[in-house]
Amino acid sequence: MALRRVGERAAWLLASLLLASLLIFAATNALPGDVAQVMLGTNATPGEAARLRAELGLDQPFLVRYMEWIWGALRFDFGESYITGKPIAPLIASRLAVSAWLILFGMIVAVLIALPAGAYAAVRRRHADGVAVSALSQIGLAVPAFWAGIWLVVIFAVNLQWLPAGGYVTPQESVGQWLAHLVLPVTSLAIVQASIISRYVRGSVIEVLHEDYFRTARAVGWSRTGALMRHGLRNTGISLLTVIGLQLATLLVGAIIIEQVFALPGLGSSLLLAVSQRDLGVVQAIVLLLVWAVLAINFLVDVAYQLIDPRLRRVGDDR
Amino acid sequence: MRHVTLYLGAGLIGVIVAMAVVGTFWTPYPPDAVVGPGLQPPSAEHWLGTDGLGGDIFSRLLSGARICLLIGIGSVVAAAVVGVPVGIFSGMVRGWVGEIPARLSDILYGFPALLLAILFAAALGGSTWTATMAIALASIPAFVRIARAATLQVMSQGYIEAARVSGTPRTAVAARHVLPNIAPAVGVQLSVSVGLAILAEAGLSYLGLGSGPETPTWGRMLREAQTYVFSAPQLALWPGLAIAVATLGFNLLGDGLRDLLDPRLREIR
Repeated sequence: MALRRVGERAAWLLASLLLASLLIFAATNALPGDVAQVMLGTNATPGEAARLRAELGLDQPFLVRYMEWIWGALRFDFGESYITGKPIAPLIASRLAVSAWLILFGMIVAVLIALPAGAYAAVRRRHADGVAVSALSQIGLAVPAFWAGIWLVVIFAVNLQWLPAGGYVTPQESVGQWLAHLVLPVTSLAIVQASIISRYVRGSVIEVLHEDYFRTARAVGWSRTGALMRHGLRNTGISLLTVIGLQLATLLVGAIIIEQVFALPGLGSSLLLAVSQRDLGVVQAIVLLLVWAVLAINFLVDVAYQLIDPRLRRVGDDR
Repeated sequence: MRHVTLYLGAGLIGVIVAMAVVGTFWTPYPPDAVVGPGLQPPSAEHWLGTDGLGGDIFSRLLSGARICLLIGIGSVVAAAVVGVPVGIFSGMVRGWVGEIPARLSDILYGFPALLLAILFAAALGGSTWTATMAIALASIPAFVRIARAATLQVMSQGYIEAARVSGTPRTAVAARHVLPNIAPAVGVQLSVSVGLAILAEAGLSYLGLGSGPETPTWGRMLREAQTYVFSAPQLALWPGLAIAVATLGFNLLGDGLRDLLDPRLREIR
């Protein structure tokens, strides 16, 4: 196996995680805006502000504060919020599940739509219906997810009153209500993702249709659908994996916005609340978590890619 | 039927550009003022009606086109000016020196525009400027990648070797041979990136992380429209449609350019 290559990648992953954390810390700390001043309000005397800064450790040099922060982060301890005074880690833990469900379901639904839609658009690419599917994906790509979300609320919550307009119920409370509250947010997120992914699926299926092995399979009696299932799916699977990795960042961002549309109590809404309150500790912690997640999952996709697709292994790696 | 996406894309962009040009010189009412009772239906005075606060929707829509194009195109051009030279450098220089800029831009890839904008907004307060900066920074990695990949391809060609052997300095090779040859790929990326930038800006304004209330961006109009989703859902129609038309225009233009410049891909895309 390409162990050496995986090792190289892993080393680079560690370096990127470190650099990314440094960037996040620098962006929120080196920029103007004094936390102590914000906490005390404008009437605070310089003496009070200085005392609070010392109490919070803000008078330490930048690198010392960074080291303390990142050491805490590695143990999932982000200190306390400057605004509420409560510890940050439990807040994140309680919000994580909502965002994770949204993203997970969003991706699953998107793939379930994109696979058949993309394959159909590929096979029927010279017919009106195939072109229509492609055109639909172009439109889905251009529609802002939050706009789609607003219209889903107007149609299914306000007019038809089939589903709730927003809010969240945990699966422990009621599985049915939990699902009902997730349907519209997941759909708005999945529309965009499905459009993007279906275009990749279409491209890779068209490639398969032109391959000699596909023609051979057809010639020995496989039906078009059968040959596509046998060969197309496998070929598409590899490119699908890459797209999902690449799309993860888009999906995370989309989830932050969608949480706002549907008032879901996830990481995104915590993050936006913290920004409006200038609660830097919470902002740092959540952004770090999201960026690390993107980098780590891209690493995993990269490794999986190396392992699945033998064509990508370097000559001499298979020893 | 040939180049239909290209013309369609250019046409849609033309609509937005026309709106921006008209909106710069003339709007029926001041776009940022209360000009009548709120939530009026479309009428002779207010072609698209008024919003919740009594602003004229048509005027705000027109004036939003300019901001959308300025931020979308401005941030992406800035990203290309930084990203393309870095990508060329990274593609021309062998070994780890060339690899480092590519790897650094991969890290930046982990920071989508929204997260950068959130970091800036937390530290500085959100504004048109922080939103543009965030979108520009987030658009850089795509240009580094595309310029690097195209440069690597160009560098394997015989004429580069000929130029190098005949003593042409590296910077001259980059300017005379590499840049013109990777320009088509960069052009396609420009168009695609502007589409993404417009969507990102809309998202930021919607979240209140972009331009302030005095600037009627389409995203902000949608943010305000959501308050009235039960009583006046029609408010959410036009701004969203405008964002979709602008994004679709640049996406189609990008696809059309790709087909035009790289006929091998015509069948696939």
